[in-house]
Amino acid sequence: MLNFVIRRVAIAIPTLLVLLVASFWLMQTAPGGPFTSERPLPQQVLDNINAKYGLDDPLWKQLWNYITGIVTQFDFGPSYKYKDRSVNDIIAQGFPVTLTYGILSFVVAIVVGGILGMSAAIRQNSWLDYFAVGITIGAQVLPNFVMAPILILVFTLWLGWLPGGGWNGGQWQHLIMPVIALSTSYMASIARLTRSSMLEVLRSNFIRTARAKGLPNRTIIWRHALKPSLLPVISYLGPAFVGMVTGSFIIDSIFGTGGVGYFYVNSAFNRDYAVMMGLTILLGSMTIMFNMVVDILYAWIDPKIRL
Amino acid sequence: MNISIKATLMASAFAMASPVLAAGTHPETGEALADDQTFTYRVLDEHTSVDPQIVEDVSGSEIVRDLFEGLYNQDEKGNLEPGVALSHSVNDDNTVYTFILRDNAKWSDGKPVTAGDFVYAWQRLADPATASAYQWYVEVMNIKGAGPVMAGEAGVETLGVKAIDDHTLEVTLNSPMPYFALTTTHTSTFPTPAWAIEAHGSDWIKPDNIVVNGAYTLTEHVPNERLVRERNEMYWNNEATIIEKVEALIINDENVALTRYMAGELDRTEIPAGQYPALSQSNPDETTVFPRLCSYYYTINVSDNAPEFLQDVNVRQALSMAIDRDIIVEKVLQGGQTPAYTFTPGATANFDVPAVEYAGMTQAERNAKAVEMMAAAGYGKDSPLDIELIYNTSEAHKKVAIAVSQMWKQTLGVNVTLANQEWKTFLETRGNQDYQIARAGWCGDYNEASTFLDLVQSGSGYNDAKYNNPMVDELLAGAKTMTDPQANYTKVEELIAADMPIIPIYHYAGNYMIATDLENWPVENVEQNWYSRNLYKIAE
Repeated sequence: MLNFVIRRVAIAIPTLLVLLVASFWLMQTAPGGPFTSERPLPQQVLDNINAKYGLDDPLWKQLWNYITGIVTQFDFGPSYKYKDRSVNDIIAQGFPVTLTYGILSFVVAIVVGGILGMSAAIRQNSWLDYFAVGITIGAQVLPNFVMAPILILVFTLWLGWLPGGGWNGGQWQHLIMPVIALSTSYMASIARLTRSSMLEVLRSNFIRTARAKGLPNRTIIWRHALKPSLLPVISYLGPAFVGMVTGSFIIDSIFGTGGVGYFYVNSAFNRDYAVMMGLTILLGSMTIMFNMVVDILYAWIDPKIRL
Repeated sequence: MNISIKATLMASAFAMASPVLAAGTHPETGEALADDQTFTYRVLDEHTSVDPQIVEDVSGSEIVRDLFEGLYNQDEKGNLEPGVALSHSVNDDNTVYTFILRDNAKWSDGKPVTAGDFVYAWQRLADPATASAYQWYVEVMNIKGAGPVMAGEAGVETLGVKAIDDHTLEVTLNSPMPYFALTTTHTSTFPTPAWAIEAHGSDWIKPDNIVVNGAYTLTEHVPNERLVRERNEMYWNNEATIIEKVEALIINDENVALTRYMAGELDRTEIPAGQYPALSQSNPDETTVFPRLCSYYYTINVSDNAPEFLQDVNVRQALSMAIDRDIIVEKVLQGGQTPAYTFTPGATANFDVPAVEYAGMTQAERNAKAVEMMAAAGYGKDSPLDIELIYNTSEAHKKVAIAVSQMWKQTLGVNVTLANQEWKTFLETRGNQDYQIARAGWCGDYNEASTFLDLVQSGSGYNDAKYNNPMVDELLAGAKTMTDPQANYTKVEELIAADMPIIPIYHYAGNYMIATDLENWPVENVEQNWYSRNLYKIAE
């Protein structure tokens, strides 16, 4: 087991490095730069700014300075667009927001999705099954950029129950709509996955044996059917978790929550190199880490993988 | 005591108490003021900075105008009114300006605002080490010695600005400039506290460290969520401030912003494109439209590497004439914009829109003339011209481009290929003259026609058409020192209309939803330089 973990960590580091160099190169090849604007700056002004940020150095040196800055001082550099904030500031303020609504969405998606999927499988072809399947299909076809404005329209404008956006330090009223909008489609996928894999397991030979032994239904489901039917769900949970906690451009821009999702997408448009790179590293290492966690979980549940 | 006496006593007690309980009445208009004087408005995007010498975007400048105060402010109509400066005098040849500063202006930490704070700020702006994107503004102000200081060849102390004493600021210019005082309302000229900047470096503008001299101070900033400013008790005219607290909420999506406005969460928001007609019906008291100092136009590549047909003035004229601007503003945009036949908007101060010939024709006449000119260039419906029109990705630009391409197709038989590009890519393409016809927009930096017309100067960095007419250059250079440059501006506009390197399409309009209890929004200030301290909320 330990070997397995070490092997995965060892692969993660070069992966991250490749990601870093590739995104740096892609950023540099995009037309324009952080200071390209509708009002082109006089050359002299541009020179001053480039000198201040070290953008007049050769590319390999910029990349080297950037990496050494991170390694030696944990400094991810300045934002070129938001002049008085560093990338560290942006992450320090935005990431807790993203993490809060991301984790909540994850929990909601698992609990609601899991319950819906299991109950649908256990009572296949009942009204409960049709209801669950109907809900999940509906939730999956309604993208969150459509759902979010509808939620605001209903709960803020018509009913007046919830504030239409903002974060306000993470007050619960401000969390409800972002969490619903973000978790719904994941919830639907989890429900569908759970349902189909549970159905498959319930039809397998060992369950038939258990029934033949006369075990009560509850024991069959909880002790024998649950664990194997979770395998496909778990492999989905890794990417889903990363997808939720790394933030959502849609959630941030519609609800004005101030998470890193908005900064990530916009930094590409702004050619805000350091913000873009910093967030790539953060989100990239989270992706790698959670995929690793999933693999380890997998190995723990299913010993065949460890071989 | 009988009941009626008791009631009378109660009533009189209430009558006496009520002016104390309520927030009171407006000192000038006598309107009853609301108890909650919080002004909440929507901004599209996070501001770039609130440091006066660093800020470079509109929403950041709005915040800076609340936090800091320069020599002069603008009133509701955009005219100068005293800020830190009470008055100024000029020497005979308009090159030395002496400003007298008020002695009761204070920083929020209690220190007096002195002429030295302005000297520091202006030197800081010019200093290459500051790397301000607005460094060039020192050159626009024409301050003596700006060139060498900006290039790093001379020390900042050689800049032509000095403090005679704490309340007298003397500015020396390179050459006479009659409108110099107008340039001091720009945020990059606002004073900054040297001691705070030295103590905290670039963190000095964080809420805990900031020292301000404006009507409000910064109390909270959550990136991409909100920025809060509250009354600054040390401001010299604090008594006149009515709004206690100003909240800027960053809401990227304009439709969501409108929903939140409708739910009462905002006092002001922009009207999303295309929704003005419906909203002006349903909420007539809240929709507000006013002219802006901005022009929307198409620039035509007339540089040496442009295709030959664009070098033909007949083609350019025909393309311009075939655009029915009334349809664009009335049917496509529907937001109070006005058709443009000249580059400079009519809303510009001291500018009379010249009567260029094609503006006076009917659209039928223009179309007929366009067909004629296109034929003279050798093109027509039988031998159609192929043109590529590029614009930066946006629904609104797309709508205009589609309408224009239809007009060109129907009237002239021109086949138009539309292409949209992501913003920075678009700027590169346009800036490198790698295009045929491109969408463009321009908003004035100050309220004078040269802020527009300088764009068609051959040496201008903003001249993406690469238009080069020595006569235009000469007229514009001459206008700089004239007390009444209107005649020159008229001639330049006529030359633009004759050569048509750019096709003016419309002049922008500001489109706001403003809550009915928010009063005194300066709709007549075409630059939209507003100050929260002039606003107030009435009791409803």
